[in-house]
Amino acid sequence: MTKSELIQRLAERNPHLFLRDIEKIVDTIFDEISDAMTAGDRVELRGFGAFSVKHREARTGRNPRTGDTVHVEAKRLPFFKTGKALHEKLNEPKHDDMQAPEDKFYNPLSD
Amino acid sequence: MTLPPESKTITRADLAEAVYAQVGLSRNESSDLVEQVLDEMMEALTKGDSVKISSFGSFSVKHKGERVGRNPKTGIEVAISPRSVLVFRASHVLKDRINKATQAMSTPKSES
Repeated sequence: MTKSELIQRLAERNPHLFLRDIEKIVDTIFDEISDAMTAGDRVELRGFGAFSVKHREARTGRNPRTGDTVHVEAKRLPFFKTGKALHEKLNEPKHDDMQAPEDKFYNPLSD
Repeated sequence: MTLPPESKTITRADLAEAVYAQVGLSRNESSDLVEQVLDEMMEALTKGDSVKISSFGSFSVKHKGERVGRNPKTGIEVAISPRSVLVFRASHVLKDRINKATQAMSTPKSES
């Protein structure tokens, strides 16, 4: 799904709204999230996920092909962590009886 | 533009408020539309579709098979069940924006 397909779907759900308003709504939402991350803020959307910015210190890296050492500048990386509800939705079993008991497995996402 | 001294957390309510300020809708309808956007994205992802938002980033679902992992605290080996995980890849536009802001900032804020 692309942004224009998302806008299209929203237009179908909201026939009373102008397409240009729906475009503006979608743009506003993603702009707002980008602005927040640019300011170093966190965006927490319960059930969906959270956007945050991780800081990476400058380090000496290596070119894996040549082995040359290279200086890697400190940088900030946008990061997204999937919300619990969405993660569960993505992992809903197709048949209930096939679901393995939760506690049998170590869940790397639950710490 | 001045940056606030410490980081805040933006929520659905803030997104709804921004929509309310930008578009001539009621507050109620603004928050409903924010919810609809997230709904549609989640629905597409649940169907296994990816969601691509230009100049922001893309969300895709990756399927991982069962593998043996280790509890980092105890060192005990455990089976990690097959699962679907959501992967977000930020666009270069977003990465560049975030890094331009870093250069302008004298002291980096603590990360979450």
